[in-house]
Amino acid sequence: MKLNRRTFLGAATAASATLAAPMVKAQATPRVVVVGGGTGGATAARYLAKDSNGEIDVTLIEPTRTYYTCYFSNLYIGGFRELNSLAHSYGNLAAEYGINVVHDWAVGIDRDAKTVSLAGGGAVPYDRLVLSPGIDFVEGAIPGWDVKAQNAMPHAYKAGSQTELLKRQIEAMPEGGRFAMIAPPNPYRCPPGPYERISMVAHKLKSENPTAKILLIDPKAKFSKQALFEEGWNRHYAGMIERVGPDFGGANVSVNPATMEVDIDGTVEKVDVCNVIPAQKAGRICDMAGITEGNWAPVSGHTMQSRVDENIHVLGDATNQGDMPKSGFSANSQAKVASMAIRGALTGSRVFPAKFSNTCWSLIDTNDGVKVGATYEATDEKIAKVDGFISQTGEDAALRKATFEESVGWYAGITSDMFG
Amino acid sequence: MSVRLSALIVAALTSAAAAQEDTAPLGDTDRGADLWRLCAGCHQVGEGAKNRVGPQLNGVFGRKAAAVEDFTRYSEGIQRAGNDGLVWSFRTLDAYLENPKALVSGTNMGFRGLKDPQDRADVIAYLRIYSDNPQNIPESAPTAVPREVELAPEILAIVGDPAYGEYLSSECQTCHQRDGDNDGIPAINNWPEEDFVIAMHAYKEKIRPHPVMQMMASRLTDEEIAALAAYFGGLD
Repeated sequence: MKLNRRTFLGAATAASATLAAPMVKAQATPRVVVVGGGTGGATAARYLAKDSNGEIDVTLIEPTRTYYTCYFSNLYIGGFRELNSLAHSYGNLAAEYGINVVHDWAVGIDRDAKTVSLAGGGAVPYDRLVLSPGIDFVEGAIPGWDVKAQNAMPHAYKAGSQTELLKRQIEAMPEGGRFAMIAPPNPYRCPPGPYERISMVAHKLKSENPTAKILLIDPKAKFSKQALFEEGWNRHYAGMIERVGPDFGGANVSVNPATMEVDIDGTVEKVDVCNVIPAQKAGRICDMAGITEGNWAPVSGHTMQSRVDENIHVLGDATNQGDMPKSGFSANSQAKVASMAIRGALTGSRVFPAKFSNTCWSLIDTNDGVKVGATYEATDEKIAKVDGFISQTGEDAALRKATFEESVGWYAGITSDMFG
Repeated sequence: MSVRLSALIVAALTSAAAAQEDTAPLGDTDRGADLWRLCAGCHQVGEGAKNRVGPQLNGVFGRKAAAVEDFTRYSEGIQRAGNDGLVWSFRTLDAYLENPKALVSGTNMGFRGLKDPQDRADVIAYLRIYSDNPQNIPESAPTAVPREVELAPEILAIVGDPAYGEYLSSECQTCHQRDGDNDGIPAINNWPEEDFVIAMHAYKEKIRPHPVMQMMASRLTDEEIAALAAYFGGLD
């Protein structure tokens, strides 16, 4: 804990008055404020509250009362999950863990006063701040598209109403119609996510609208689990999916939401549904706090502390940390390291070496699951990959089914790890 | 008796290689059902089994010796063994069936023993049908035999640090549900410590096949595995 001079003097006085009392005990209960109730924030809040046994006062600021996980939202589009199975409330975190859950927007951070101001008025003081705001979209990334166009051309890259809208639009496509996706450039949330979505859209269209076509416009030459997805697309959805990579203008795209047209390097295509997933950056509260460099917030892997302000820890998609992908699993993993480090700093609890891991499962078709994962450790420069694995092409059906079932178990595990 | 039991356990730990050679992975339940006639004069097992001369044997795996309620004919010897920590597992049943009085001096069980390891494995496999614990971890005790990896006694002797184990376990609980539910990914709560240690080393040495677990275990030190085992062994 970094003590300013005044706090330190006060604590020293109190400690000398009672002689044996440890310094941390002489202060008021330390306060941690967590901004953002997604995977990183919910996990951090729960672990801080659970493991500190009341020695830390934890506040979680999150505007929505119901959280929809982005992971498995593609399975909702494909018809494998109900939307309400992806919905989670913050009731347990408040009732069982004593977390002060505030449903409001954090609209400003005063790093000198160490307060977070709320849209509804007032400011919440902190000793340590955890920012886990997820992503926002880079303005102007796809000419012709901005968030006002998200009803005509949904991104569906924050789960909930956008996901529902995209699914309804797919269901309303004319027979033999065309679905387009504009995939984002690196780095972005959930590297296999766009390609799992293509798989799930294809699965849905294959049974409901089998002559429909899918156009995938991609600025990247390569993508996550590419061999696995392409093998699966050939096997399950032959002739349905066309991918336009950067060789053919996939990185030079603009849209017209009013006419549902996509301009790919000068060639205009009219489509029935257009899923625009723009380039991404850290959630804007990071910018407001002044802790970003470029589009992301750089952090130390040892503690997930901001490189700019050691009283702020940043988690998940918003960070620039090194080798970990932007995923819910990563955010959950980082939250536990941050929680351990924060407790160590504020209450003197034991501190252990940072360890991280990630696994991303993707569903290609019914019972055809694949996965990729890695372990990581903290170096002074970054979070560095230690070891990894990926599903193989040509795996038998039983293994792919087991992999999918594993992902269902993981979903239950991680959501219970976040929300109690 | 407790000295003899400890000696047996030490022998079991250190002579695992021998056990691997002369013990079948799991017995044949059909043969075991046939051999059961040697036991059926005194014991019942299965639906509606009742205490007779000897206690009924449903759910015997994982049960402390001399712990069947309502059975009143236990010898002092077997009661003392139970109080000393004798719990029925593959290994302890195997030793008891081989020579009851060698394991439990003063036992009332008037049975000269089964000398053939296969016979014992088959009877134990038959008994295993009527024990449903542990459900979630088929490889774990009491039927986990032979041992998957040979571990030096000093590795098995490491006393885990449960506080470190709790921190490390947070990584496990992203996938393994903390309430012990078991869908798609097995539950790991309440896993007997030694079996946990053996299983992690088996993943680490890539004897167990799962790629995620191989990766997760590969970077755990012997102390970290012991710490995790200490933590999970204490969870309900």
